[in-house]
Amino acid sequence: MSPPVIATHALVKRFGRFTAVDGVELDVREGDRYGFLGPNGSGKTTTVRMLLGLVLPTSGSLEVLGSSRPRTVLSQVGAMVEGPAAYGHLSGRANLTTSDAAGGSDRRTRKARVDEVLERVGLVGIDTRPVKNYSLGMRQRLGLAAALLQKPRLLILDEPTNGLDPQGIREFRDLLVELNQAGTTVFLSSHLLAEIEALCDRVGVLDLGRLVAQDSLTALQAPTGRTQVQTPDVAEAARLLGERVEHVAQDLLLVRTHKPEELNRQLVTAGVRVVSLMPERHTLEDAVLSLTTGTSDRA
Amino acid sequence: MIVTELLKLVRRPRTWVLVALLVALPTLVALFVKLSEVAPRPGTGPAFLSAVIDNGTLFPAAALAIVLPLFLPVAVAVVAGESVAGEAQAGTLRYLLVRPVGRTRLLVAKLIAVLAFTLLAVSVVALVSFGVGVALFGSATVSSVSGTEFSTADAAVRITLTVLYVGWSMLGVAAVALFLSTLTDSPLVAALGAVGVLVASTLLVTLEAAASVQPYLPTRYWFAFIDLYRDPVLTRDLFRGVALQAVYIAVFLTAAWASFTTKDVTS
Repeated sequence: MSPPVIATHALVKRFGRFTAVDGVELDVREGDRYGFLGPNGSGKTTTVRMLLGLVLPTSGSLEVLGSSRPRTVLSQVGAMVEGPAAYGHLSGRANLTTSDAAGGSDRRTRKARVDEVLERVGLVGIDTRPVKNYSLGMRQRLGLAAALLQKPRLLILDEPTNGLDPQGIREFRDLLVELNQAGTTVFLSSHLLAEIEALCDRVGVLDLGRLVAQDSLTALQAPTGRTQVQTPDVAEAARLLGERVEHVAQDLLLVRTHKPEELNRQLVTAGVRVVSLMPERHTLEDAVLSLTTGTSDRA
Repeated sequence: MIVTELLKLVRRPRTWVLVALLVALPTLVALFVKLSEVAPRPGTGPAFLSAVIDNGTLFPAAALAIVLPLFLPVAVAVVAGESVAGEAQAGTLRYLLVRPVGRTRLLVAKLIAVLAFTLLAVSVVALVSFGVGVALFGSATVSSVSGTEFSTADAAVRITLTVLYVGWSMLGVAAVALFLSTLTDSPLVAALGAVGVLVASTLLVTLEAAASVQPYLPTRYWFAFIDLYRDPVLTRDLFRGVALQAVYIAVFLTAAWASFTTKDVTS
């Protein structure tokens, strides 16, 4: 197994009497594309802030890139937390330069690195305009550019695609996959299932401050034990399969079985014409909804 | 980091608007005095103004006395109050800290930027008002508050000391505003809080019933710089002023550091 990049043990954060994060045990490995899912208010952002040393844990321990003090490794971490932020009166380029200088990185390579990240996120051409004239999507791109400036080993991104259009989301995902293939571990926190489903290979689900699931995406999308059969001979198929048919709708049957290949043979041998036959899998949405208690921003 | 903060300061239009306003008020006063040729009677109106009509060289001292009660501390409180809370409100604080910039280092850089602004503001007011004073009222031999005369070089030294003394007093304001700035995510609250402290202090200084606490009030010795223009210089209040501000600066900067380095950044 690859070495851990993020590991937390019994991580707890209380704000007054409110427990925002309650005993979370994260396990993110090098090279993962880790999706951190949870409804609004489930404690995702607080967890991310603790990983970045912005919020101090009430109890428990955490380790990022092998260090228990996040500050010492942050120069190898690129982060976007709760939306982008930049100085509105400065241009996009000036913001990146300022941000890079604040981190105290090598001045000689600064311009080259700024050029490179601007190119990567597609902001070349508008980099000299003041940020106050940027759209939300452009600001997100600028935020990502800032996160990439120091060629991070680990990217921690909290709701990074807010405000991006479908085209932008696609570009964003492609960029993350490309970075991941080059060795960057990606930790993506989001309440958007589709986003996590499309990008991540490992998923952690947070609910009311507790980590209720942590597994590979394929494991969470396990077979349901039912197979969907499409056939023009609905009546014959239903008679043949008897009680195993759970549901019939037009030319579709939902059949309880753990062996779709046996089902197929049985149908074909009996002369039932099969258009398609597909084992049903849990969707990530089902998995998450069955694990979580619902949105906690609802009063 | 310090260079970054200084660059941020000079690139902000607001910095220069504040400095312009600080210069505008004394200049306006000078124009009124010149055009009407009615100086306040000695002992009334802003300090030194009565002496200025015959001699522009002293106008920097008069100008500082004009901006000292309100304009200057408000400007310093706005800049210092903005320093951390402004970053928090804009959301840039979290990105600075994950860059990473150490919290102590960030606070020191902010403090130096505020210090630079304070010195810039006080010096510009002194320099511009010197030019305005000489242009409008001409220069003559400078006479002290005590009636004796001193040379131009001597006057220059006294004005420089005035700039430093006023700057030091303003640093006390800056320390209070910086501390409040680490407590709140609203720059407005931090600046108004610091101004509130000063307004309360100014009120208590004039209240006889509060005599017992007066030696410890932050604004108590602000105007002691007038003593620099006596011959010989009356140092008692000046030293007390410097020492008192040193205590305020030390206490509030320590508090700011303690508050900021242990704070949960949730902005």
